[in-house]
Amino acid sequence: MDVNRREFLKIAGLSTLFGVGVNSVFQLLAPGELEASLSPLKKDRKIQWAIAVDMKKVDDRMLDKAVEACHRYHNVPKIPGHKGLKWIWKEDFEHSFPEQENSYVNEEIEKMHFPLLCNHCDNPPCCRVCPTKATFKREDGIVMMDWHRCIGCRFCMAACPYGSRSFNWGDPRRVMTDEELKKLNPDFPTNMEFPTRTKGVVEKCTFCYDRIDKGKRPICVEVANKIKEQAFIFGNILDPESDIRTVLKERFALRRKPELGTGTNIYYLI
Amino acid sequence: MLYDGAKILVGLIIGLAFFVSPFVYDAGKPYKKPEPQLTEKAKKAGECVASKAFMREWHMQLLDEWRNEVVRKGERYYRPRELARKSTLDKRLLDQWRHLVSDGTRHYIPKTDKVYYKSLQNTCLDCHSNKSKFCDECHNYLGVHPYCWNCHIAPEEKK
Repeated sequence: MDVNRREFLKIAGLSTLFGVGVNSVFQLLAPGELEASLSPLKKDRKIQWAIAVDMKKVDDRMLDKAVEACHRYHNVPKIPGHKGLKWIWKEDFEHSFPEQENSYVNEEIEKMHFPLLCNHCDNPPCCRVCPTKATFKREDGIVMMDWHRCIGCRFCMAACPYGSRSFNWGDPRRVMTDEELKKLNPDFPTNMEFPTRTKGVVEKCTFCYDRIDKGKRPICVEVANKIKEQAFIFGNILDPESDIRTVLKERFALRRKPELGTGTNIYYLI
Repeated sequence: MLYDGAKILVGLIIGLAFFVSPFVYDAGKPYKKPEPQLTEKAKKAGECVASKAFMREWHMQLLDEWRNEVVRKGERYYRPRELARKSTLDKRLLDQWRHLVSDGTRHYIPKTDKVYYKSLQNTCLDCHSNKSKFCDECHNYLGVHPYCWNCHIAPEEKK
């Protein structure tokens, strides 16, 4: 086909007009439809679950117990090395709050270990990038995972500033047959009432959505509070009367990387 | 005449033999109907969340709907009576395929006030704890391989 300069310019011009036109029609008739997948949360939502961790009551032994309980409840196998999975883990001050790094830090705080988990952000970057809406923000503020939909693209892992997400590099059930891994996970799956995940799926803390739906508190909160009362204060942060709001009024708290504007919902009472 | 007629004929015969072999292999063997078995617990319960005919043909749609409601909306409980009124399954699917619900009565929802916890692993498999004799019986017969079990844990069965 022969196209001379004049015809080419005509086609190019019309295509540009078409592109711009369609885009404006979308913006006019269905605003936001072309945006990335995060649907804006309703302004008048009533619930946002949150945890305030009282660092004065937390110790390493308690955190180990909470981590263990969580991973057992959710059938998260122990896999050593960089293919490991974690929903909640402990970390030192420097790595939990990198932006807080003063040259000279209070010794007590410097030695502390902080429990880290998904922050169930108000403004979750993971949900924005998920191409299948496999991760999304529930009405009650939980950043949920729909493992049925996850295609394992790991955009969410790149987007999460807190490292809260882990990828299943292999079938987690291989720990039942693999000699080495079997030693670490003798009784996997540890909870017959919860599914495992499968190869190629991203997983993370779900704030124990199934327990919350039944009116129970997340398992880490339950376990920690059994060891020391009110070590983890769980509640609805949008309710001004709640325990968590009361304690946040009284005590100074840190959040992880607040400067990013993600609006995290895990508070650390110092 | 055919070029290389002999070779083509031999090829044809071999091809035909391959094609016919499964029929020959299975010829004379009695047809075995899949017979999913109920556990004692399921028999005692007497009814599922919907009628047998409905469950036989629509359990996958029901499970799909359950999964979306549970995971995405946090709706954990299933009330068969309410389903008749509100469910999208009722209107969207059932009107479309009602003729397929073949028990003739059209009463596919049990008249019960029972409330079920929507969970494949904890509710369905609680009664139907014999996956190999219940689920797999038909799935294998039809050659379908649902990947539910990649994640959801089937109860251990006594041999």
